[in-house]
Amino acid sequence: MAYLDIKQLRKAYNETEILKGIDLEINDQEFVVFVGPSGCGKTTLLRSIAGLEEVTSGQIVLDSTDITQLPPAKRDLAMVFQSYALYPHMSVKENMSFALKLAGIEKAVIEKKVKETAEILELGPLLERKPKDLSGGQRQRVAIGRAIVRNPKVFLFDEPLSNLDAALRIQMRLELAKLHKELKTTMIYVTHDQVEAMTLADKVVLLNQGKIEQIGSPLDLYTKPANKFVAGFLGMPRMSFLDGKIVSSGTEGIQVQLAAGENVSLPTRETSLSTGTPVSLGVRPEHVSISDVANGHLQARLEVSEHLGSDTYYYVKTPTNESITIRSDNQNKVNDNEAVGLQLDLTQCHLFEKEGNRIY
Amino acid sequence: MTTLKQQKQIHAILLGTLSWTIALILFFPIFWMVLTSFKTEIDAFATPPSIFFWPTLENYLTINERSDYFHFAWNSVVVSFGATIAGMIIAIPAAFSMAFYETKRTKTTLLWMLSTKMLPPVGVLMPIYLIFKDFSLLDTKTGLTIIYTLINLPIMVWMIYTYFKEIPKDILEAARIDGASVMQEILLVLIPMTKGGLASTALLSLILSWNEAFWSLNLTSSEAAPLTALVASYSSPEGLFWAKLSAVSTLACAPILIFGWVSQKQLVRGLSFGAVK
Repeated sequence: MAYLDIKQLRKAYNETEILKGIDLEINDQEFVVFVGPSGCGKTTLLRSIAGLEEVTSGQIVLDSTDITQLPPAKRDLAMVFQSYALYPHMSVKENMSFALKLAGIEKAVIEKKVKETAEILELGPLLERKPKDLSGGQRQRVAIGRAIVRNPKVFLFDEPLSNLDAALRIQMRLELAKLHKELKTTMIYVTHDQVEAMTLADKVVLLNQGKIEQIGSPLDLYTKPANKFVAGFLGMPRMSFLDGKIVSSGTEGIQVQLAAGENVSLPTRETSLSTGTPVSLGVRPEHVSISDVANGHLQARLEVSEHLGSDTYYYVKTPTNESITIRSDNQNKVNDNEAVGLQLDLTQCHLFEKEGNRIY
Repeated sequence: MTTLKQQKQIHAILLGTLSWTIALILFFPIFWMVLTSFKTEIDAFATPPSIFFWPTLENYLTINERSDYFHFAWNSVVVSFGATIAGMIIAIPAAFSMAFYETKRTKTTLLWMLSTKMLPPVGVLMPIYLIFKDFSLLDTKTGLTIIYTLINLPIMVWMIYTYFKEIPKDILEAARIDGASVMQEILLVLIPMTKGGLASTALLSLILSWNEAFWSLNLTSSEAAPLTALVASYSSPEGLFWAKLSAVSTLACAPILIFGWVSQKQLVRGLSFGAVK
């Protein structure tokens, strides 16, 4: 069992507040990913859980034990570092058995555990090698192995894949997902890569400027972003935002007048927004399509197009100078600077208040 | 027109000549000292200096009669090794805290420590002499060890600090999560990882302590006098005996020269302050 409860966690360096009151519950066997832009506090939060950072206030409770003040080794956690942090003067085997040796565990038991772990991670033939004789992927596996042998309640990963090349990263990502299924342990994973967050997580915690913006399943965050920040952060290419104001709202939906075009009507449940309220209409690239100039909800001019083979990204600009990104799987040739019409999939659009909170 | 290859060759020859010239200039006094030690006193005084002469061991024999070489050599060994060990025991934890728990004052402290090396030793001779007298440390190996430890400490801390700085913090944190105490972090992870740098630091301290003369001359007389004091005793008021002085100097230099020669690789690495990995 591993149930982690974080209550009002704060961390400040001198005057600067890095974590501004984090409340978070992590369930047993959950794969939780902390994601956010650099400097959002995700690594600090992870290091606070690990015990490598002293927190300013708040509480971290693991299975009803308050571990806030415990030293790292006493917390029953293991951590995998971005730089792998292997001991360069020790062989793979020594690296993996270091923690057990320090804990005073019998030699035979250590031997057995290291062997078992090496099998899971396919490190068997490498046990006698030094870290400098290993490839990046192998080093990462040793770092993970070093964590596994300790049989911790919670695994902490600090951007473990960011030092690997693209192909290896995808492979290791899959291996990590497999490993989580196999070990059935709680894992907390920090990344700035939203693909890792979307693919690995049971639960995504999106942080920004030391605060949690939203917690939820990857799809929840993608389809129902709590605010403009979450909406803009997740998704590649990013969601486009169009300014507008409410014309009417009621049982039949919301009418929004876009600054860049005509009125659009969003089918939605009843809301009461006063006429004239400024809003922001968010639309993902896959929910816009290019049409005739005459037929679109709005008109724009193509700035750049990127052909990726399977998809094409079109970057267009409206007459009011708002940028919209369009993702399309047809290969229609559109010339730069050509005027196009844009058709929005209104059932998939998001509506945000001017301050950023989600309306719909 | 010289080709690029020719240019490179000329460059290499010039550089080679220059390094050899400098090396010879540096080495010549040592060579001359050893040479003179095998001359008779008369040959040693000859002008122009005689290059070809009948070698003699007479000087070495006289020295052996007149003074107990091994007494002084033993003092040198005890004091240099003692000061080096004591220095390492203090410098490693000091450098550890400076490298991994840096505060606002760390850089200033390091600079201040180094600045004490710029102080002319004679400026503090009086207070130190008096302290030594009050604590009965005059002419004791303990006293000399203490003073050598203290004079080498700034450079040792500074060197070890630069080696520790090269070690990623992550590795120590990994050890902490693995359950290592601070002591274990240092002994099992940090020291093995920086052993090359630590060895060159120890070596430098050893050489500096061995060669130190100012304090040994002023704080010891016979009981704790190291080899440097022995050498000085041969430049006596009765006049200079070049041959004997050369012989005793050769004997004083020989152990550390051999030691330095054997460990020169380590020393070069150490003095390049971690620039060469």
